[in-house]
Amino acid sequence: MHKKMAFSFPDEVLEHVFSFIQSDKDRNSVSLVCKSWYEIERWCRRKVFVGNCYAVSPRMVIKRFPEFRSIELKGKPHFADFNLVPDGWGGYVFPWIVEMAGAVPWLEEIKLKRMVVTDESLELIAKSFKNFKVLILSSCEGFSTDGLAAIAASCKNLKELDLRDCEVDDLSGHWLSHFPDTYTSLVALNISCLGSDEVSLSALERLVGRCTSLKTLRLNRAVPLDKVANILRRAPQLVEFGTGTYAAELRPDVYSDFAGAFSSCKELKSLSGFWDVVPDYLPAIYPVCSKLTSLNLSYATIQSPELIKLVSHCPNLQRLLVLDYIEDSGLEALASSCKDLQELRVFPSDPFGVEPNVSLTEQGLVAVSSGCPKLQSVLYFCRRMSNEALVTVAKNCPNFTRFRLCIIEPRTADYLTLEPLDVGFGAIVQYCKDLQRLSLSGLLTDRVFEYIGTYAKKLEMLSVAFAGDSDLGLHHVLSGCESLRKLEIRDCPFGDKALLANAAKLETMRSLWMSSCAVSFGACKLLAQKMPRLNVEVIDERGPPDSRPESCSVDKLYIYRTVAGSRFDMPPFVWTMEDDPSLQLS
Amino acid sequence: MSSENGKLLPETDAGGLNFEATELTLGLPGESRVTSDGVAKLGSKRGFSETVDLSLGDNKNTNKFGQSQIDVPEAAKSPVSKAQVVGWPPVRGYAKRRTKSCKYVKVAVDGAPYLRKVDLEMYNTYQQLLTSLEDMFSCFTIRNYLSDKKLDQVNGIEYVPTYEDKDGDWMLVGDVPWQMFVESCKRLRLMKSSEAVGLAPRTPPKCSSAS
Repeated sequence: MHKKMAFSFPDEVLEHVFSFIQSDKDRNSVSLVCKSWYEIERWCRRKVFVGNCYAVSPRMVIKRFPEFRSIELKGKPHFADFNLVPDGWGGYVFPWIVEMAGAVPWLEEIKLKRMVVTDESLELIAKSFKNFKVLILSSCEGFSTDGLAAIAASCKNLKELDLRDCEVDDLSGHWLSHFPDTYTSLVALNISCLGSDEVSLSALERLVGRCTSLKTLRLNRAVPLDKVANILRRAPQLVEFGTGTYAAELRPDVYSDFAGAFSSCKELKSLSGFWDVVPDYLPAIYPVCSKLTSLNLSYATIQSPELIKLVSHCPNLQRLLVLDYIEDSGLEALASSCKDLQELRVFPSDPFGVEPNVSLTEQGLVAVSSGCPKLQSVLYFCRRMSNEALVTVAKNCPNFTRFRLCIIEPRTADYLTLEPLDVGFGAIVQYCKDLQRLSLSGLLTDRVFEYIGTYAKKLEMLSVAFAGDSDLGLHHVLSGCESLRKLEIRDCPFGDKALLANAAKLETMRSLWMSSCAVSFGACKLLAQKMPRLNVEVIDERGPPDSRPESCSVDKLYIYRTVAGSRFDMPPFVWTMEDDPSLQLS
Repeated sequence: MSSENGKLLPETDAGGLNFEATELTLGLPGESRVTSDGVAKLGSKRGFSETVDLSLGDNKNTNKFGQSQIDVPEAAKSPVSKAQVVGWPPVRGYAKRRTKSCKYVKVAVDGAPYLRKVDLEMYNTYQQLLTSLEDMFSCFTIRNYLSDKKLDQVNGIEYVPTYEDKDGDWMLVGDVPWQMFVESCKRLRLMKSSEAVGLAPRTPPKCSSAS
């Protein structure tokens, strides 16, 4: 290191200073200051975040950060959650595990989102990392309980095993028994995604009993109510708990057992689960409600009156996930009881029904926006909306960071004026200056995109469906949204012009998804030619894109920046534009 | 299964769309167009109690961008649930919220390069399931760009819905009572009717055309 400056610090001092800098963005900025800072920073980065597993290769990551202990990887595009990304698309973690097994033996944490994880990968993790502590798999698939058994058997220092929203092949509930009797270090266990045959209750009880540091336990729905009490009694120190399934009828002995167990848990702050909950059982949890900050009732099919009673016992609630059974009346009660509310998600109980089955409208959203001054994050499914309501919400909540509205029927107009909802969403982006994430719905013209491009300067992620009139809409977004990282679009009349005119913008973003739009194959080829550091991938089940005219629209398009070149694991229905011989010109 | 490997079938041809299947139809086995030599592989099973005639890739659903899209008026025909646009509304694991169990099975269609998944718990009858499959695979419509003509149904290829049960046997969909089917079905395959020889039932079912 060259000590050219009079006041430069020794490496150790800088390293110590950098150790207080945890966020990736800040670390990335630090590494750009000068070469010596780059060098120091890269040797002391302990947590690596890779937002797109195909943007960089495992070897490149290991080469730059030889001493990391924690890695977070994301695979499939977000729209994979809604079945828009076909099976076999990619996102395999195995190549990463292989490279890390050899080069990063002291790896402690792996966090994966939307990736394909095989039993082979889990087995390799189990045997390669002696100090492995945290495995968080979010919306992953491809593994079975056999892989989990390998982790349980080998990872003596495991603290966290979290399988949120994963699809696991059920083979046997006995994987839990593979945790040795001497194993006691579990702090967090989330198995809520597992099916009926996948958990041995007696093994679970023993495990919970001996792991006295257990703070988070999310059970799966197969754990019946009468067993829950046994488990809870063994873990009165729990802070986060997800119940199993509730029995269908009220049995007084089960109820009092359950209520007793609950009341001994003085530290509970977060509850979830509640599958098939019967209202009569709810009072059992009232004793813990006053301390609750997070409540996930999105599986609870209880009606508004019971929901109102429940939330009125929770004055400290910060986060609520609930079905639209809560209705406008329930949201009004929420607005008056829960003044600390920061995040609200209202899911549809009957998303595919033709007629509304509950009385949940824009009024509920307006009520919460008015009553809850700290509200920052909203996900709201409803069947009608008005510009007036959206403007009111925007003015009430200038602190929104995330606003996702899904009006269930595509292209639904303002129900009062029959106009598009451009002005309403325009108000959201204008008043909410810190908005990072936005999802649009309803009838929308190019105008809404003009508002977004003009005002949404901090917007990082935008989801668009069935909206817009022309390429101008897409152009407004790509040219105006300075902070945009992820853009996902489906069923919009956006085509070649805006994309090609803003090609350079795409390299400043993580990714762009466009499906059922009007982007031609010719434009994809041109884009790939112009921008060698983008992977332009076409997903099309109709066969190779060059078997159709170049002006033909592609079915699905996924574009992302990368320093790793084309990927090697593309399935037959994904085409990259790189191999096209016609690109040999100029 | 060739469809799962994504291998292109002989009728696909890089020189243009020579797909024969521009209008795909799903029919339960036993329909007059299904080749049947009367050999019932599933001798112990009963005949069909209902016959459904489905069309995949109905051209009138294409919008101005040449993309297949579900028309809202079409959706209104299905009284219990809307004909679904794939992935809309954007709800995850929806069925897990509402029903006691979630029964996702993979659906392979001969000739389609990739699989889809359906949650059997979301349906109450075979008709609903098959209608939904029809909508889901409507993007399988192969438009003949060169001549821009629509092939009529007579020349379309028919698909026979089959499933693999818990024992690993391939059965015809519609054979057993609905709930029993939901419990035993591990995955679905829409097989070309020409390959479904041997799966046809002994008793001819009643035919009803619903196209």
